[in-house]
Amino acid sequence: MDLRLAPNAIGMTSVEFMAWSTDLMEQLAKYTGIKKAVDKLTAPIWSWAIRNATVPLHFGIACCALEMAAASGPRFDAERLGMIYRSSPRQTEVLLVNGWVTAKLRPDLRRLYEQMAEPRWVVAMGECAISGGPWYDSHNTVQGVDTMMPVDVYIPGCPPRPEAMIDGFMKLHIKITKEMKGTFLDE
Amino acid sequence: MSEVRKMQQRIGLAPGGKTGDVLAQEIIQRFPQGVTVTKATLNRFYAQVDKGMLLKLANFMKEHQDFEHVTSVGGVDWLAEKKMQVVYHITSYANKVTAELVVDLPRDKPEVDSITPLWGGANWHERETWDMFGIVFIGHPKLERLLNPDGTEVFPFRKDFVSGRRV
Repeated sequence: MDLRLAPNAIGMTSVEFMAWSTDLMEQLAKYTGIKKAVDKLTAPIWSWAIRNATVPLHFGIACCALEMAAASGPRFDAERLGMIYRSSPRQTEVLLVNGWVTAKLRPDLRRLYEQMAEPRWVVAMGECAISGGPWYDSHNTVQGVDTMMPVDVYIPGCPPRPEAMIDGFMKLHIKITKEMKGTFLDE
Repeated sequence: MSEVRKMQQRIGLAPGGKTGDVLAQEIIQRFPQGVTVTKATLNRFYAQVDKGMLLKLANFMKEHQDFEHVTSVGGVDWLAEKKMQVVYHITSYANKVTAELVVDLPRDKPEVDSITPLWGGANWHERETWDMFGIVFIGHPKLERLLNPDGTEVFPFRKDFVSGRRV
């Protein structure tokens, strides 16, 4: 913000004026405490909305994907907790890695992670995704998905039961609530 | 009803079909050298084939004995004997016979003719065998890495391969 430019505002091009005025508004909101106040008011709403729509990517790799399928069935019904599977990474917020990641799959999985929009989380489900599991010394298996992307929640088990998977997502809910991220005027 | 026909009926063979031992006899007559039939039963026969005779035998089996289908191609690594083996399982639907052909190769230069031009189904089997054992199939249309990523420099199913963390 440069208030000294105010007399020249009438002579600016539209692009210049938009950049100048937007900057002015943002810095005003930031330094007068408006952003803080609005964030305090809206952050609980945001986090409530986000944790009720932890949409995982429908990307089943190995046998843990069967537990994933069982969890979305009528007995466990994970959909009531916001876990509705979508097939496009653009529409999802949680990358649920359920199974071993081979060396050939690694670049594609990393690309899926990069295609997901912020805010995004990664859940490593099962021993293979956590540390390689039975393939800990394999020539072709990535030894844990945390070697290639940040992981938020680990769900141990081989494979974990659907309850364990839902519990992992509950842990993720707690994490989202604790973060309580205000995004007013953020990029 | 003859005894042979009874046996044919037992394995569900059509009247014009031939059993495995008949097919093996035909092969023995046609190829007196280079092919050793080790065992022949009603619906199977096993043969040890020389490297140079494989393509001729495969041609004969395809053209005259109605072998339509390659079930699997695999490799065996014999480290102590300093040899490698390629094992072909080739099936005939018409005769209900599966033939198992074994080709011995020297371990320092494992090269064998590809049977992909005859049976397209052998394409990925041979590619995987090259991927895992390093056995070169001469004449294969696309001999590239299949299960391992491109740029892998080891052949993991060889016996002298040291397993361990690589990725």
